[in-house]
Amino acid sequence: MRISKRLAPLARRTAVAAALAFAAVAPLAGAHAAQPEQYFPLQSYRVGPYAAGGTGFFGGFIDYMNLINIRDGGVNGVKLTWDECETQYIVERGVECYERQKTHVPGPSAWNPLSVGIAYAMIDGVTADRVPLITIDHGRTDSTDGAVFPYVFPLLMNPYSESSGIINFIGSRLGGDAKLAGKSIVVLYHGSPYGRETVPIYKLLAAKYGFTVKQIEVPAPGTEQESEWLTIRRISPDYVVLRGWGVMNPVALKTAQKVGFPADHIIGNVWSNSEEDVIPAGDAAKGYIALTTQATGTTYPVVQQIEKVVYGAGKGNLADKSRIGSVYHNLGIVNGILNVEAIRIAQARFGDRTLTGDEVRWGFEHLQLDPARVKALGAEGLFHSINVTCSNHEGDGYVTFQQWDGAKWVRISDWIAPDWALLRPIIEASANKYASEHNITPRDCTKETVASN
Amino acid sequence: MSSTVLERTTTTARLPRSHGYWGPAVVLAIFALIIPQIHSDYLFDAILTPFLAISLAALGLNLLTGYAGQVSLGSAAFMAVGAFAGYNFLLRVPGLPLLGGFALAGLTAATIGIVFGLPSLRLRGFYLAVSTLATQFFVQWALTNISWFSNDDTSGVISPPAMHIGSLSLESPVRRYLLCLGVVAVLTFLAMRLVSGQTGRSLIAIRDSELAARVLGVKVLRTKLFIFAVSSFYIGVAGALWSFAYLRTVEPDGFDLDRSFEILFVIIIGGLASIRGAFLGAAFIVVLPLLLSRLGATILGPGFDSGLVDLVQKIILGALIIVFLRVEPAGLSALLARLRFPARSEQ
Repeated sequence: MRISKRLAPLARRTAVAAALAFAAVAPLAGAHAAQPEQYFPLQSYRVGPYAAGGTGFFGGFIDYMNLINIRDGGVNGVKLTWDECETQYIVERGVECYERQKTHVPGPSAWNPLSVGIAYAMIDGVTADRVPLITIDHGRTDSTDGAVFPYVFPLLMNPYSESSGIINFIGSRLGGDAKLAGKSIVVLYHGSPYGRETVPIYKLLAAKYGFTVKQIEVPAPGTEQESEWLTIRRISPDYVVLRGWGVMNPVALKTAQKVGFPADHIIGNVWSNSEEDVIPAGDAAKGYIALTTQATGTTYPVVQQIEKVVYGAGKGNLADKSRIGSVYHNLGIVNGILNVEAIRIAQARFGDRTLTGDEVRWGFEHLQLDPARVKALGAEGLFHSINVTCSNHEGDGYVTFQQWDGAKWVRISDWIAPDWALLRPIIEASANKYASEHNITPRDCTKETVASN
Repeated sequence: MSSTVLERTTTTARLPRSHGYWGPAVVLAIFALIIPQIHSDYLFDAILTPFLAISLAALGLNLLTGYAGQVSLGSAAFMAVGAFAGYNFLLRVPGLPLLGGFALAGLTAATIGIVFGLPSLRLRGFYLAVSTLATQFFVQWALTNISWFSNDDTSGVISPPAMHIGSLSLESPVRRYLLCLGVVAVLTFLAMRLVSGQTGRSLIAIRDSELAARVLGVKVLRTKLFIFAVSSFYIGVAGALWSFAYLRTVEPDGFDLDRSFEILFVIIIGGLASIRGAFLGAAFIVVLPLLLSRLGATILGPGFDSGLVDLVQKIILGALIIVFLRVEPAGLSALLARLRFPARSEQ
C-alpha cells in the first residue's frame, strides 16, 4: 500500500514526461507519415558520346514518374522522388554516384544505371545493400537466374534472348529456320562488355541452325569502321547483325552504304534501334531494320497522357518535345511502368508506405503484367507483357522488328518469342559458375524471404 | 638554354633531403589514425581509395617521367596488366595471400615494362612517347581478345574474389582504404629512399643530359631499364588496388588512353620530379571534380539538369588548371614550397 503511494508521484511524472515526449515527436512522425516517398537514384548520362540514349531514357523514366505523381498523387499516396547523378557512361563515375546516392534517406528503391559496365561494378554492392538493380533490355545474361543473382533484374529481354529473337527473325525473312543452314551472318559488335556479351550465344545459334557466323569487334566508341566494313564486303554475308551503341550506329550505316552493303540486310539490336541512330545516317539508313521491345510513336494512351499532363504542366523532361514517343523515350516510359508496378505489387503485400529495397525486390519478383494489365496501364501495343519470377528475372519479354522508312519507324513483324528453352540451360550453367567462383549458395526459389533492411 | 640548366641544377641540389621524412610521417599518421574515425562509406569508397590508387600510379610515372625524363603514355596499360595479373594469380594459385598477389601483379607489370622500355634505349622525347602508345594498344588488345585472361567471361569483365589478409576480411570500406594506404605508404617510402640516393641522382643525370651522364660513369642502359621496371611495378600495383579495392571489377576498357593521359596530367599539375606532386596532382584531378560536382548538386538542388552541372564543372576545372600552371609552371608541389618558403624561392 505504502509503496504504491510512494510510487504514485513517480508514475505521474513518468506519464507526463512520456506524454510530453510523445507530443514532441508526434508532429514529426505525422509530417513524415503524411508524405511518404519512394526514392529512385538515377545514374543518368546527359553529356558524352551516349547522351542521346541517356537523355531519352532517363527523360522517359522521369516523365512517367511525374505522370504518376501529378495524375495519381503518387503510388497509393506514396510520392515518387528521385535525383540525378551524371555518369557519362563511365564506370568509375557510376560507382561514385552509387556511393553518393545510396546514403539517401529513405534508401533507394531500385537502381537503373542503363550501363552494363556500371551494373557489373554494382552487383556486389547492391547484393550487400539488398536493393534491386534493374538492367532493362541489357545486362549480364546469367543474372536472369534469380537464385544466384537475387538483386539483379535484366527485365524484358536479356542479351541471349535478343540474339535468339534476331536469328528467328532472319529465319522468317528467309522463309523458315531451316533456310538458315549454309547462310552467312556477320555480327558487328561494340567493343565493350555490353557488346561482347553475346559472342558465345551467336556461336551456339550458328551451330544449332547451321549458318556460319563471323563476329567483328568495333573499338569503342566506334567512329572509325572502314576496315571492319571492308572485311564485311570481302565476306559478303547474307545478313549483318549490328550490335552497336551510340555513335557507332550511324557510322556503321554510312560505312555500309560506302562499301555497298544493302541497309535492309542489316538487322540492328535493341541498342541500335533509335531515331538518334538513323537520322544522322541520312539516306544510308533507309530500309534498315532493328529489333525493339517497345513500339515507337505517340499513339499509346500512356504516352499521350504524358504529353498532355506532364508536358502540359511544363514539367516535361525532354528539352526537345519532338522526341516524345521516340525509341529511347518510350523505353524510359516502359522502364517507369515496370518500376512503378513493382512498387504497387510490393505495396499490396507490405502496405502503402515507403518500402525497403528488399521489399521492392519482392515486388519485382512478382512483376506479372499480362496483356490485359498492360492495356489497363494504357500501354497496349507499347510492349507485350512481362512475367518475372524468383528464378526468372528476365520475365519472358517479347520482341518485335521495325524498319526505318526514311522518316519514321514502321513495325514489320508481330511480337516474337525468343527461344527461351534453348537458352535457359546455358544461363543456369553460367550462373552456377559465377556462384562457385564467388562462394554463393544459390537460394531456394520455392521459399521466399524478405529482409526489412 | 643556360637558364634551363640553372633551373635544373637548383632542383637537383634540393633533392637529397635526409630530414624530409617528418612531414610525410605526420600526414600518414593523420590519414591512418584520424581519418578512419570518420563514419562515411562515401569518403572511403568514392574519394580516398581511388585517390590513393591514382596517386600510386602517378608516383610510378613520376619516377619514370619526372626523374628519369622518359615520357610514357602507357601507364593505363601497366595498370591493366597489374589488375589482370593480380586477378589471375589469385584465381589460379590456390592459397596465394592477397599481398603476394599484388606483388606478383607488380612484378608482371615490371616484366612487361622492361620489354616495352627497350625502345627507350634508342628513342627520346616525343618519339619515345609514341612508342609507349604501342603498349597501350597492345595490352588492351591482348586482354580483350585472349579470353583466358578474363577466365573466359563472356563480357570480358571479371570481378575479383573477396579480399582478406589471413583471417581478417577486407570487405568494409575503411579496411579497403587502410589496405590501400598501407601499400601506398610502404611504396612511397621506398620511392623516397630511391630518389634521394645514388639512383635518384643517376636518373636526374640521365634526364638532364644522357651524354654527360655517360661521361660521369652512369650506366645509362641499365638505369633506364631499371627505372622502367620500377615504374611499371608501381603502376601495376596501383592497377591492382584500383580494381580490387576500388571498382571491384576489372575490364580492359577501364584502362584506356584517357587514363594514361589522366596520370600524365596528374604529375604535370602536381609537379614533375617530386614525390608529393603525385599526391597533390591526384587530389586535384581525382578529388576536386567530385567536390565540385557535389557542390553543384547541393547548390542547385536535385531537380537541376545534371548534364549541365557536369559541363560547368569541366569548365571550372579547366580554368583552374590554366590558373595554377600560370602561377607556377612547375606544379602544385612547387607552389606549395613557395608558399612555405617565400624568401628562399626568390633567390
